[in-house]
Amino acid sequence: MNDLEVRVRAICQAHENNRTRLMDIVNAVQNEFGYVPGCALDAIAKECGTQRVAVQSLVSFYAFHSELPKGRHVIRLCNDIVDQFQDVQAVADAMVDEAGVPFGQTTPDNLLHLEWTPCIGMSDQAPAAIVDDVIFPRLTPAKAKALVKALKAGKSCAELAGRTGDGNNSHRLVKSAVHNNLRLRGDVIFADYHPGSGLAKALAMSPAEVVRDVKTSRLRGRGGAGFPTGMKWDFARQTDNRNKYVICNADEGEPGTFKDRVILTECPELLFDGMTIAGYATGSAHGILYLRAEYAYLKAFIEDLLAKRHKKGLLGKDVAGKTGFNFDIRIQMGAGAYICGEETALISSCEGRRGDPKNRPPFPAQKGYLECPTIVNNVETFCCAARILQEGPGWFAQKGSKGSPGTKLLSVSGDCEKPGVYEVPFGIQLQDLLEMVGADHPAAVQIGGPSGSLVGKAEFNRTICYDDLATGGSVMIFNQKRDVLKIAMYFLDFFIEESCGYCTPCRVGNVLIRERLGRFLNGTAESADLDYLTRLGTTVKFMSRCGMGQTSPNPVLTTLKNFPDAYRSRVKERKDKFQPTFDIGAALVDSQALAGRKSVHF
Amino acid sequence: MSTTIKMTIDGKEIQAHPDQTILQAADAAGVYIPRLCNMKELIPHGSCRVCTVRCNGRPQAACIQPVADGMVVESNTPELTEHRRAIIDMLFVEGNHYCMFCEKSGNCELQAMAYRLGIATPRYPYQFPHRQVDATHPDVLIDRNRCILCGRCVSASRDVDGKSVFEFVGRNSHKRVAVNAESGLGATALTGADRAAGVCPVGSIIRKRTAYAQPIGQRKYDHQPIGSDIEAAGQK
Repeated sequence: MNDLEVRVRAICQAHENNRTRLMDIVNAVQNEFGYVPGCALDAIAKECGTQRVAVQSLVSFYAFHSELPKGRHVIRLCNDIVDQFQDVQAVADAMVDEAGVPFGQTTPDNLLHLEWTPCIGMSDQAPAAIVDDVIFPRLTPAKAKALVKALKAGKSCAELAGRTGDGNNSHRLVKSAVHNNLRLRGDVIFADYHPGSGLAKALAMSPAEVVRDVKTSRLRGRGGAGFPTGMKWDFARQTDNRNKYVICNADEGEPGTFKDRVILTECPELLFDGMTIAGYATGSAHGILYLRAEYAYLKAFIEDLLAKRHKKGLLGKDVAGKTGFNFDIRIQMGAGAYICGEETALISSCEGRRGDPKNRPPFPAQKGYLECPTIVNNVETFCCAARILQEGPGWFAQKGSKGSPGTKLLSVSGDCEKPGVYEVPFGIQLQDLLEMVGADHPAAVQIGGPSGSLVGKAEFNRTICYDDLATGGSVMIFNQKRDVLKIAMYFLDFFIEESCGYCTPCRVGNVLIRERLGRFLNGTAESADLDYLTRLGTTVKFMSRCGMGQTSPNPVLTTLKNFPDAYRSRVKERKDKFQPTFDIGAALVDSQALAGRKSVHF
Repeated sequence: MSTTIKMTIDGKEIQAHPDQTILQAADAAGVYIPRLCNMKELIPHGSCRVCTVRCNGRPQAACIQPVADGMVVESNTPELTEHRRAIIDMLFVEGNHYCMFCEKSGNCELQAMAYRLGIATPRYPYQFPHRQVDATHPDVLIDRNRCILCGRCVSASRDVDGKSVFEFVGRNSHKRVAVNAESGLGATALTGADRAAGVCPVGSIIRKRTAYAQPIGQRKYDHQPIGSDIEAAGQK
């Protein structure tokens, strides 16, 4: 047995050779060696009593895992559309220039690897990159060059992190250059809150009463889908399984969303109170916080807070003195997969599997994590629940709009003066929001991230709430210089990359949509392609298996609907009605090379 | 099972057992709902989406969705047929399918489904992907060019053979079926007699030395469209 196998075995044994903790095991192997080599697959499989191919299945799924060595420092530069419009390309060029290798490659000395990554939750301080779990926000070409140079000189990322940001970003366990950019505090999430107060009120009631209060408040899930939280809790409460689970979805991956980052940095106690209340209400003793890999810089800070709650008796046995109520929270790190924000995919990932969504029914509240009743809620939802228990359901229900009570955290980015997090009452008009954030000649706004919709000026009078412009929080503002089709193409590329590949329409359909959308961008589209895109998009929406697939054609379908001229103006009908649909010169390149001569005709 | 429930499929009233899926209930009633990844003896995978129906107005995969009393199911409608054709077209262009000389031709469920749904040629551009062939096993061959990622081999090997020889690796359009050995299928525990070697709906996993055994005219789908056995059982 070689050294690597010895280390891998030790890692497995530290996790009790538990097959369901495969994510933690593989993350640890990846962190230690920089990749998960073939012999590690075999060693993990042997230790955990599973198959090599099952381990490979997981490793090959997540963007932060690698079967090949990638170099000591992996520089992941965010290529989100907001970063692109803030000239991330110039930053990338500076990195390539200094590193001497293009993106997707490792330097010959195995020191640096450059790669692109989708939204890392820093759209308010773009362009941004992650290197070895350290965030480098607000990059310029000069800063990027200096960063690569210093890494080449042997400096560590921690040394290079730069001046720490505001609030807890300067905490000794965070020490990050990230800024909160908390622009507007509302009176639900970012109000003054004494840790434990909502929990104390809840524990003075019966679990059924807690669920009743959450129902009365009419709280709906803040992740975007808007399912009534009280109803979800009630389903789980009414099951008689001994083991139940409360999972917090902190896999904030929807491009343009970063509000959970600020909650986790500034008021994590509110979140833990909410999770603990959910545990009490549903009869669960186990909490899991699923933290996206991009937020690994917050892990030590959160772990420390959890340990402190243990000492204070707010976690563990007989929580807050409530005899018989035991509750604990563990952190599950993700590894770079947007689909894991989908609740059943997130459960698969927690179970130590690739992040495939599960078939429904059964629903997680009946059969979720390890086949046990499980509730999965968004970070913001748990925070709302804690405040509801503290202040009462009536207090909450009268805020916001009729069908959408409470406040909503919006992550605002793009072409505006004051990007950042805004806590606004539901029902706010888009126009008012745009004024508040200092939008610069806004021409289009992406509400709800790529899976939401891109709306134009004519719809700026619409309101942000579940019944009109529903959103998990992402608001990306684009001025009149931005190309709507490029935005749609970027989002489509994002979905194509992040598709789990399980079902046909999402896996294949979006690739076909991209091909046709590309014709509009390269000038070979004909008018019939408009109908082609609409039909194909409708099939993908209708036939896909999970929420991601069902919304994945939205970038194209909503721009077709709201910005038809962006498409029509690019259709060039020729007089002879024959429209070249591909570049014949490019298509003949291979054949010409084989034949050793050029085509006579083309 | 004593209790039965009543539901309708395309207006036809049928009886079903409460623990059945829509697909099982429809099969029992002689109503064929097109499907590809589903196979009677295996746990439903729900990945091809061909069996999607409107269930009380909402799209649901019939192979996954349990029946309920009073459920109204629409399956044979122009809208659903159009979506199913689109899915079949996608599967054809996603891989490299050479029906004219494929060993599975005439016995292939993908090809038969295309014929049943009236597809002469796919409407989408071929993707011509590069896919791996694995002929390292003495008795079984994998040609991933024809794989439609239905998961039957994965399930059969795990749940029937108890071996877990196959598993999916990668994601998005790079997802593929891998085997439980670095050097290929020949180094796995698979035998030619395994159920997993005989469940592939297309010509992706085939037993060696069995090709072209049936002459044209005697192959499974040469005279009757796929699903006609289920429909015929319902006529009785």
